[in-house]
Amino acid sequence: MTATFENTTGIVTEDLKAYFGNVQVLKGINISIPKYKVTAFIGPSGCGKTTFLRTLNRMHELARDARITGRVLVDGTDIYASNVDPVLVRKKIGMVFQKPNPFPTMSIYDNVVAGLKLTGRHKRKELDEVVERTLVQAALWDEVKDSLKKSGASLSGGQQQRLCIARTLAVDPEVILMDEPASALDPVSTAKIEELVFQLKDKYTIVIVTHNMQQAARISDNTAFFYIGELIEFSGTRDMFTRPKKKQTEDYITGRFG
Amino acid sequence: MADNNGQVRRMVLVGRDFSYWRRKISSGFFTALFSSSIIVVLLPLVLIVGYLFYKGAASVNMNFFLHRPAPVGEAGGGMANAIIGSVYVVGIAALIGIPIGLFGGIFLGEFPHTKFSNVVRFVADVLNGTPSIVMGVFAYTVVVLPMKSFSVLAGGFALGVMMMPTVLRTTDEILQTVPTSIREASLALGVPYWRTVLSVVLRSAKSGIITGILLAGARVLGETAPLLFTSFNNAFFSYSLTQPISTLPVQIFNYAISPYRDWHRQAWAGALVLVLAILIVNLGMRAFSRQKYEHSA
Amino acid sequence: MAVEEEIVGALAEPLKVERKSLFRADAAFKVVLGFFAFLVIVLLVWLGIELYLSSREAFANAGFWNFVKGTTWNPVSEVFGALPFIYGTLVTSFLALLIATPLGVGTAIFLAELSPKWMRKLLQPLVELLAGIPSVIYGLWGIFVLSPLMANYVEPFLQNNFGYLPFFKGYALGIGFLTASLILAIMIVPFIISVSTEVLRTVPVPLKEGMYALGATRWETLKKIALPFAKSGIFGSIILALARALGETMAVTMVIGNTPKITESLFQPGYTMAAVIANEFTEATYTSYLSALIAIAFILLLITLIVNAVARWLIWRTTMAR
Repeated sequence: MTATFENTTGIVTEDLKAYFGNVQVLKGINISIPKYKVTAFIGPSGCGKTTFLRTLNRMHELARDARITGRVLVDGTDIYASNVDPVLVRKKIGMVFQKPNPFPTMSIYDNVVAGLKLTGRHKRKELDEVVERTLVQAALWDEVKDSLKKSGASLSGGQQQRLCIARTLAVDPEVILMDEPASALDPVSTAKIEELVFQLKDKYTIVIVTHNMQQAARISDNTAFFYIGELIEFSGTRDMFTRPKKKQTEDYITGRFG
Repeated sequence: MADNNGQVRRMVLVGRDFSYWRRKISSGFFTALFSSSIIVVLLPLVLIVGYLFYKGAASVNMNFFLHRPAPVGEAGGGMANAIIGSVYVVGIAALIGIPIGLFGGIFLGEFPHTKFSNVVRFVADVLNGTPSIVMGVFAYTVVVLPMKSFSVLAGGFALGVMMMPTVLRTTDEILQTVPTSIREASLALGVPYWRTVLSVVLRSAKSGIITGILLAGARVLGETAPLLFTSFNNAFFSYSLTQPISTLPVQIFNYAISPYRDWHRQAWAGALVLVLAILIVNLGMRAFSRQKYEHSA
Repeated sequence: MAVEEEIVGALAEPLKVERKSLFRADAAFKVVLGFFAFLVIVLLVWLGIELYLSSREAFANAGFWNFVKGTTWNPVSEVFGALPFIYGTLVTSFLALLIATPLGVGTAIFLAELSPKWMRKLLQPLVELLAGIPSVIYGLWGIFVLSPLMANYVEPFLQNNFGYLPFFKGYALGIGFLTASLILAIMIVPFIISVSTEVLRTVPVPLKEGMYALGATRWETLKKIALPFAKSGIFGSIILALARALGETMAVTMVIGNTPKITESLFQPGYTMAAVIANEFTEATYTSYLSALIAIAFILLLITLIVNAVARWLIWRTTMAR
């Protein structure tokens, strides 16, 4: 147990089970996700990897009839403890979604500062500074710096996704969860997102769900393989793709199913 | 247990400053505000239904269902003729409103995205929102004036015109939920399109369409304004299509604004019966359509 | 060769014929259905023309604008001015809207965003039931329950506390603009609720999730995402309710007092367009009187047509523009 509290360990789950109504989608997950690394979740559709990701910042419980049992420890704090507010959890553990979802009723600028404004930070200078910093971080600044007043919906799909990443960075999270962030994008945009992930891992713990194994191999340090609600294997990415320990993992990464 | 060693930030999840509490309180305040509005909205419903039972229940008896109104000053009497009249007028309305609404609705449901369909849909919605009293005036000018008499027909026309857009729009919406695969399966068997629609598509949408029709009927059953000067009123039993007839809503209205205590009593009884009839159709249909839905799901 | 062609031709021909006749049957089927749909448009046009023709006499006698502007309604001396009715209709409708809007939108937000599923399933049918109660029953309840309540408690209370305002002057009758507006508010609130709930439910879940993921509370997500997105649809539902209020007849007739006067006091009796038609139509003993009443119906039709069209357009814009 001591190992789970080492400073290299960011997120630990203990016997985490998730349900939609009576349907159990996660069958007791135990994992230790290291800090400042990129961890990829792979597995066939419906294996529970997205649900698992959403339990890590308490987004899962927003769906109707959704609940969990077990513990999720982030830096040793159980984020499901009764004295923990999901609102604060989500601020510290940001999320980027599968389909880019910029707020259509807001400008690019307002999209980026949407989260900041919630906490009562309205000073123009501070906001300007955050907008520029996060858009630079998200590799979008050069493309939009002259059109910050335009609607976020006016951007291309790849730009929208980078806007969503900037939006997430703006509230200064420590973990970023990404749910197949490039699956709806073209190859050029995908490459940009991957490059971005690589740069962000210096400062953030990143967990990324992907169904693209090449992507997992390219960008992640560790990979977890899920299958029908269970964590089958979790190891260094290189090991996983060269010497899988489990038969199911091997079948999946060699394309025999999924 | 290893401590944080300065290099690694530790996440703070329980730190709560002033801004945090301000946000929490405003969220809680608005949640409470919106939750309480439903209570204010439903309070009149409770009061109205409560009063209907309190004032009306004692007078709903055999007399009420078997007798026509007694003359002023005489106790007793009922609304038998008004009940028959209401069913009669709504029946005529159904004959006028359902065929047009149904077939027009099939067109919209089967060809949903043409410009013509959108125009018809828009017009139907606008007609749906047209005041019922205006429909009464319309029926008066096109039926009562030429026939020189108030009549069942005129009342039925007014209500039929009101049923039409309702039936049309529900049929339209129900047919659009019928999966294309059902149509394609039938068409692939070589069944012509018109037969596919009439047998396969309509059959799978049947319970929804019937529900829509009955709900439209329940709605016009309570209509009063368009009947005041179309089917008018009649103190006697009448079965002629071209004669005025008593209906439940009009009878309730006349009794309610009368100065007689006994008539007020009867108005409450009539109101209770009318609301129960509408309620039964509504609840019955809800149960019916749910059962169908679960059966097919 | 020729033989082969003949055989192929013989085989092909009946097929071709059948397909053609089928095609004709399908086309005819579409035309027949389309004709029935077209009848709905015919109906609206016919309605407009019929009412216009029947009200021409009234407009000819007084002139359209004089008819609309006229403040005197005196069938005995054959003077017909519709302004008191237009005034009463507008005052009661807007006052009703003022009461119903916050309640309706609040309830819609509760049903669409806050309530658990089982509670919504329980409450939504009750709201629909509120819409299903016939107008005449609201009126009956208004006369015998609400009106005494207004006369004995609500209106004296308003007068004692806000009596300096012109709206609350005069004798507390319990019958008049205020009671009518209150009944109307109860009657139109379900329309605001059902359409607004539907519109709020079209707000894409990913947008709301995006806001939650930034650490927003429920209210913040509602305020920043759902409400701006659903704004025009909610506005449409309010306009739709306005159309209902403008044309509502029985309940208003029964509690407004039916007096064609323009007064700023909400305690005083008034009259509305729909109510005067309901009350006086069977008493209209000569053609210009009848024509004046039909003219009022025609004006009411025009107003509600415009209001409904605007409402539908607003709702359509939100629910379709996804």
